[in-house]
This record gives sequence, structure tokens and C-alpha cells, in this order.
Amino acid sequence: MTARAPDGLHAPLLGEQATLAASARRVYGLVLRYWYVIRSSWPRTAELVYWPLVQMLMWGFLQGYLAQTASFAAKAAGLFIGAVLLWDILVRSQLGFAVAFLEEIWSRNLGHLMMSPLRPSELIAALMAVSLIKLLVAMVPVAVLAYLFFGFNVLSLGFAFAALFANLIIMSWSLGLVSTGVVLRWGLGAESFAWLIVFVFLPLCCVYYPVSALPGWLQPVALALPPTYVFEGLRAIVLDGVFQGHLMVAALALNVVYFLAGCATFAYFLRSARINGTLVQMGE
Amino acid sequence: MQKTMLQSSGAVPPPVAVRDLRKVYREIAAVDGITFSLARGSITALLGGNGAGKTTTISMLMGLVVPTAGEARVFGADMARERHKVLHRMNFESPYVDVPMRLTVRQNLEVFARLYGVRDLKGRIAEMADEFRLAELLDRPYGKLSAGQKTRVSLAKALLNEPELLLLDEPTASLDPDTADWVRSKLELYCRGRAATVVLASHNMAEVERLADRVLMLEKGRLIADETPAELIKRFGRANLEEVFLAIARRGAEGPEDAERSS
Repeated sequence: MTARAPDGLHAPLLGEQATLAASARRVYGLVLRYWYVIRSSWPRTAELVYWPLVQMLMWGFLQGYLAQTASFAAKAAGLFIGAVLLWDILVRSQLGFAVAFLEEIWSRNLGHLMMSPLRPSELIAALMAVSLIKLLVAMVPVAVLAYLFFGFNVLSLGFAFAALFANLIIMSWSLGLVSTGVVLRWGLGAESFAWLIVFVFLPLCCVYYPVSALPGWLQPVALALPPTYVFEGLRAIVLDGVFQGHLMVAALALNVVYFLAGCATFAYFLRSARINGTLVQMGE
Repeated sequence: MQKTMLQSSGAVPPPVAVRDLRKVYREIAAVDGITFSLARGSITALLGGNGAGKTTTISMLMGLVVPTAGEARVFGADMARERHKVLHRMNFESPYVDVPMRLTVRQNLEVFARLYGVRDLKGRIAEMADEFRLAELLDRPYGKLSAGQKTRVSLAKALLNEPELLLLDEPTASLDPDTADWVRSKLELYCRGRAATVVLASHNMAEVERLADRVLMLEKGRLIADETPAELIKRFGRANLEEVFLAIARRGAEGPEDAERSS
């Protein structure tokens, strides 16, 4: 195989295609595609904010009520709002990843992408970046409103917030990889999997209660999940005013394993889709 | 011999080289051991009825489907394993695969130009807009365009990176005769002007007769004819390619000897 000596002025060269800069340009191109979609429709943007806002208001008012009637709730001001904000970070980021991929199937564009020089790793990088962008679009207004309505300032958590945030984001990407891999392999028939997978973790990750509240046999399962450490860490900060770094380290270590497993799962299902021919039937 | 043909040492590999290519889905052979090679600058039509194996063959040429056996090489790269080495030298157009509906024409062309690493992106988009009469459509969402306008956008997308190999799946399906003729002229001009190699899957026999200098006829996944349109028409003793196609399609009922008449 030889590098092309193009006749035209615009044709890409093989050498240029293999560089990191070329890879970054392709990722940027795909991120731009999703950004254009977000920008093109205000109802879509409003939809991103809608559910986190409803959740935040509901839990905020509930916490306000409980604070008047129970001393624990009075002491734990911000616990529920903090938990719901962090939970929504996990949910929104995973959905941002998966829905961006589903957009390609809904618009019958996946064939064009798979046929383009875009590599699977670049597709994943673009989906990760888009999930972050969507998350910021959704959560920044909600965090501001949480401060205005209930006096809960997420940034007051400082470095701890960055650690909690990073661990949840990585976990959301791992879930996104698995869910999009499943859709790649089984098509839109498995779409609901991409929407629902994250909710399995709501009871298991102890979002609103400590691990000790679970039955003994279920606690090891909870402790095998990175978000559990994040929510335990939040409770330690809000209730005891202590940042427990070891919880974040444990979450990060587990996250590395989950992310690698997510990448391997995605690669396996992509390969399987190429063998079974589902890649060219996608959307049908 | 085959290996020499496909990977001759030191020689420039052909744009497309397919050897003993086979794809089986649940014991049904969609493509059943086909072998062919395409020369640079040739326009080859892939013909056959529904289920003959055209789409599966094209999908394997793009690397979207992995063969059960054999190999499909493009510019020397095995498309099952090293497709990313050559994907920037190819492109694809089909009315059955859309670009994002919500994006404007300009946004779509920009995104694909970035994916293909097109140099002088704005200049190329302006060139394509001029070439395919898209200037007035550039800021309209793709989803709001008519079928003919969409085809023009898809073609502009397919030629953005000045591909050396162009895979076309029924490029003029659902177009009115005037637009279809315009599209054929554009394709002809591009391919002859740049010596690009084209694989064309089509059910429009007049289109094939006009564009193709070679026909690969598939039936039940097997290659049953590989010759020029004129040779094929002559061998079957028919007036045109459409009649040849019908004769082959119906010979299952009549027997092969009835389909092929001596001229």
C-alpha cells in the first residue's frame, strides 16, 4: 500500500491521517456534529434541564420539610440535594453518551460514520466529550437554582466535588460503552437498554442511604460499584465535614477496571456486529 | 497465481481485489466464493436481483461486514483487518443512508470534511456547492430538502475527499429522469476526469449501459457473468441489458439454456 499522490488539492494524504492531530480533528468534527444538533433545537436543550430541575426541586422541598420535623434532617442540610445532583450527573452523562450514539441510528447516518476514516476509539472520545457538554448544559442551570432556592452551593465542596464528579463521569462512560455496544449488536430493538441501564444502580449505589442500610448479602455488590464510594463520600462531607480521600481512590481504581471492561465490551460487540451484518441493517 | 494478482510485490495493488469472498449468514450463503479485481479508472456495475449479494459484497468492500472466508482488498489493504489505512481514499453514496437531518447542508459538509481530513475545508465546500448547485441550500437543514436536492448533497459529501474509489448504491433511485441524467453526467465527469474507480450497484439497466465499462452479474451470491455490457448483450442475444437481466432472473424457471441464446 502506498501513500496517495493525489490529483486534487483537497484529498487527504495517508501520512496525515495517522497523526494525533488528524485524530483530534476527526473527534472535533464529530463533536461539532452533536453540538449543531443541540444548538438547532431549544426544546432539546430544555429537555436536558427539565428532569434534573424537577428532581432537585422535589428533593429540596422534601428536605426543607424534614428539617422542620427531624433533627437528623436539620443537621444534614443539603444531603438530599447533593445526592440528587450527583445522581443526575451519573444519569445525564450516561444518557448524553448513549443518546448521541442513538442519534446516528435514528438519522440513518451510522453507515456514513463507520465508512469514514473515524476510528472506534475516536467515536468513543467524541461521545465522551458530548456527554460532558450535555451534562454542563443540563447541570449548570440546575446547580445555580439549587443555590438560589435552597442555599446549596455545590462548588463549596471544592476539590472534593471535582473528585466526586470525575468518578461519576468515568462510571457513566463505562455504562455508555456497554449500552451502545449492545445497541450496535442488536440494533434499535435494544434501545431501551441504553435508556434504562443506569437505573439499576439507583438502589445499589446507595444514593440516598448508607451502605449499612442494605441487607448484608447485598453490601458486597454495592461496594463493587464506584458510585457507592462517591455517595458515601458525599455523606461524610455533609454529615461529618470530612473528605475521605480513600473512598475516592477506591472509586477511581474500580472505575479503571469498569472503563477497560466497557471498552472491551464495545469492541467485542462492534466486531460481532461486523460479523453478523447488523452494522449495515442498523435503523431498519 | 491469485496471490500474485492480489499482492504483486513492488507493484501498485489494484483499487479492488476480491478473492474467494464468501459470507454466510446462518447457513445461507449471501456471497458464495466470488473473485474479481478492478482496474484504476474503471466503472464496474454490480448487478443482480434482490438477495443476489450486491449489498453484502459492497459492505465487505467497505469493511462494514467481515467475510466468512476469502478476502476483500482495497488498495492492498485487507478490509476485514486494516480498513482504516485506506478509508480516507474511498467514499460512498446511497439514497438509503442519510446524513443528519437537523444539520444544515453546510454543517453536514463541514463535519464530513473534518472526518475525511479534507484540506482547505471552506474552499472545498464552496467548490462542491458550486459544482452541485448547492449554494442556495447551504444554510437549509438537510431534512427539509427534496429527494433530488438530498441526492446532490449526498454526492457532494461522497466527492468531498476526492475519492479514488467510489462505491455507489443505486445513486439515482427515486430521482426524476432529468435529475438522474444530471447526476450520471456529474459522476461520469468526475470518474473520467480523475481516473477514479467506481463500483455501482443499480437496478437501472440504462444507467449501467451508459456508465459501466464492465458488468459483474451476481445470482444467489455467485458471480455468473463478468464482461462488458455489450459482450453480455451479445452473448445473450438480447437488445439491451434490461432484457439480459430479465432473462437471467427468469431462467430459474425456464432453465439456463433457454435464457442464453446464440446471437
